[in-house]
Amino acid sequence: MKQTISVLVENQAGVLNRITGLFSRRAFNIESLAVGPTDDPTISRITIIVDSGNNMVDQVEKQLNKLVDVIKVRTLEENNLIGRELMILKVNATNKTRQDIMTICSIYGAKVDDISPSSMTLELSDTPERLDTFQTMMRPFSILEVVRTGVIAVQKGSGKI
Amino acid sequence: MKVRSTQAIMECLLEQEVDTVFGYPGGTILNLYDELYNYKDKIHHILTAHEQGAAHAADGYARSTGKVGVCFATSGPGATNLTTGIATAYMDSSPVVFITCNVAEPLLGKDSFQEVDITGIAMPITKATYLVRDPATIPDVIRQAFAVAATGRPGPVLIDFLKNVTAPDQMIEYEFVHWRENRGCSSIRSLAHTHELKAPEPNSDDIDILVDMIGQAQKPLVICGGGVVRGRADKQFMEFARKLDAPVAITLMGGGGFPGSHELATGMIGMHGSRASNVAANQCDLLIAVGCRFSDRVALNPATFASQAKIVHIDIDRSEIDKNVLTDHHIVGNARHVLELLNQRLTQQEHAAWKDEILSLKRDTVVEECDQLTPKQVLETIRQLVPENSIVATDVGQHQMWSIQHFHFEYPGQLLTSGGFGTMGFGLGAAIGAKVGNPDKVVIHTTGDGCFRMNCHELCTVEHYDLPVITVIFNNGCLGMVRQWQNLIYNQRFSETTLDRGPDFVKLAEAYGLNGYRVTNRTEMEQALTAALASGKGCVIDAVIDTDDMVRPMVPGGAHITNFLLE
Repeated sequence: MKQTISVLVENQAGVLNRITGLFSRRAFNIESLAVGPTDDPTISRITIIVDSGNNMVDQVEKQLNKLVDVIKVRTLEENNLIGRELMILKVNATNKTRQDIMTICSIYGAKVDDISPSSMTLELSDTPERLDTFQTMMRPFSILEVVRTGVIAVQKGSGKI
Repeated sequence: MKVRSTQAIMECLLEQEVDTVFGYPGGTILNLYDELYNYKDKIHHILTAHEQGAAHAADGYARSTGKVGVCFATSGPGATNLTTGIATAYMDSSPVVFITCNVAEPLLGKDSFQEVDITGIAMPITKATYLVRDPATIPDVIRQAFAVAATGRPGPVLIDFLKNVTAPDQMIEYEFVHWRENRGCSSIRSLAHTHELKAPEPNSDDIDILVDMIGQAQKPLVICGGGVVRGRADKQFMEFARKLDAPVAITLMGGGGFPGSHELATGMIGMHGSRASNVAANQCDLLIAVGCRFSDRVALNPATFASQAKIVHIDIDRSEIDKNVLTDHHIVGNARHVLELLNQRLTQQEHAAWKDEILSLKRDTVVEECDQLTPKQVLETIRQLVPENSIVATDVGQHQMWSIQHFHFEYPGQLLTSGGFGTMGFGLGAAIGAKVGNPDKVVIHTTGDGCFRMNCHELCTVEHYDLPVITVIFNNGCLGMVRQWQNLIYNQRFSETTLDRGPDFVKLAEAYGLNGYRVTNRTEMEQALTAALASGKGCVIDAVIDTDDMVRPMVPGGAHITNFLLE
């Protein structure tokens, strides 16, 4: 089962190293990881997706809590969160295929960032599942490059971590 | 007040009441040692032969005194030589602050001479590491490092100062604040936010639930773990055991947490545990583990461990709960505090029949009467001749198990042994640290010929500082514990475990300016130890024993706890 863990950490050198080091040392697998500053520049938020049983997530949470640079750890409720990921996708595009690509883009709400005689660069922010299907739809046109950020997520409602 | 940055470092150590430091100087840490020269009346520095020895000594000092140990080393190889010592302290939750210096800022990251990323290397074997690039942060970092090392579940912390940070022209603002007034370290937010610098407060309902569970139990068993020793919760544990009126099994790290000579004590539990302890774990209907982490050497097979029992885990570290063995109930908190609360609410219990069942399995040690010296004869001689409160430091392997099975440890800090990490070569360093920290106690170092060879150069430290540490080598001419496994499990294929080689340990001791004795029977052992104790000097007793003596009992790793391979 996939679970989303949100971690607030001190924005200091080596913190990310400490967290990923902990995952590898304890043999926990990271499915995706995204880091960025919060409203307070001294604090960063790390969103980690792990794919594993409840018992392991419990251990991950406890071990993260022991790190001195970690301020707060919370596992988000899976059916009550907003999770989004950004993808930039470069695909082969000719005069023949460009219109078909545009149609799929408009269905998904993807944006065209760049265009060249032989390619298009598209941008889409959505749930990871929607990004997967968009990627599948683009595959027949021959994908040149895919970059994904990893999921960031918050709990729905007024509550905060 | 403006002071030199190195002066601030020394003053910060004095804030923490540090009066002893173990270490070894070098290029990048020169500035710190230069300042130490000014402080030599206040901070006593013990120069070891090797940084690993210094690390073990600081660890042994911490374990035996209950204070935080401090160890200095230079960059590069000096720092990496510490790592085995750091990991040893980490696995056994021993509070030590390691201070290293790194190359100067302009040389950082350039693969400069003696440069290594020690904060990166030490990350998985410390509670925290700090790379200090700004001299102004020195007081905060040191205060935080000591606070982190000593509070909650104790453990090692490493601080790496860049050389330019310690330069003589670096002046910083500093005021002396005694550690008691500064444990909160409010200047550092991460501590203020998450790492409450006190033990987690035990939940009152959790205590009541355990009291109810005890009321329903017919066959309770208590395990005394390392947490009782680190938390110095021996008195509270004693009261609890008496009130519960139940057998007490003791883990390797728990030695000294509960008196081994007490009638309720059933001895060690686990791989080389006593029959009484292991059967009790298997038969009990309530198992209360205090400050123990159910390692693979204790629980052996987590799926079948204490399968008839409800398991209750009391630990200061929340992440230990349900890590190795799934529990039915737990209380997170400092052992001393949790046991105090339990003792207040628990009424006197009685479990006469259950006690009889288990305590009748206890066997008195029988010391063989024979001409060839045996491990038990060596240990019994030591037990009879040294004062009861003597500190015992061990290395790792057969002699370690024999020592812990044979001696009865009566108070926390009396036994110093590398339990979690199993570090060969730990003992002599630890014994040096213990003797420095406890000058009025006799310190015995038991070791094997394999272990002793690993760090025997620390004999020069024993000699130089005139530390009367008595080293007893259980010399069986082989790597005994590994050979035992080869004997029992690998069809007597003794691959690379025969140590038929030098040095002559008596001559080695003499070369270091110490007395050496070779003993081959009990009378010689008695004479040598008597002479050693009378000399008031460090010495080495080379006790020659049989190659094939084994540690009994033994349960193989991963097996059911009563599935004894050897009785």
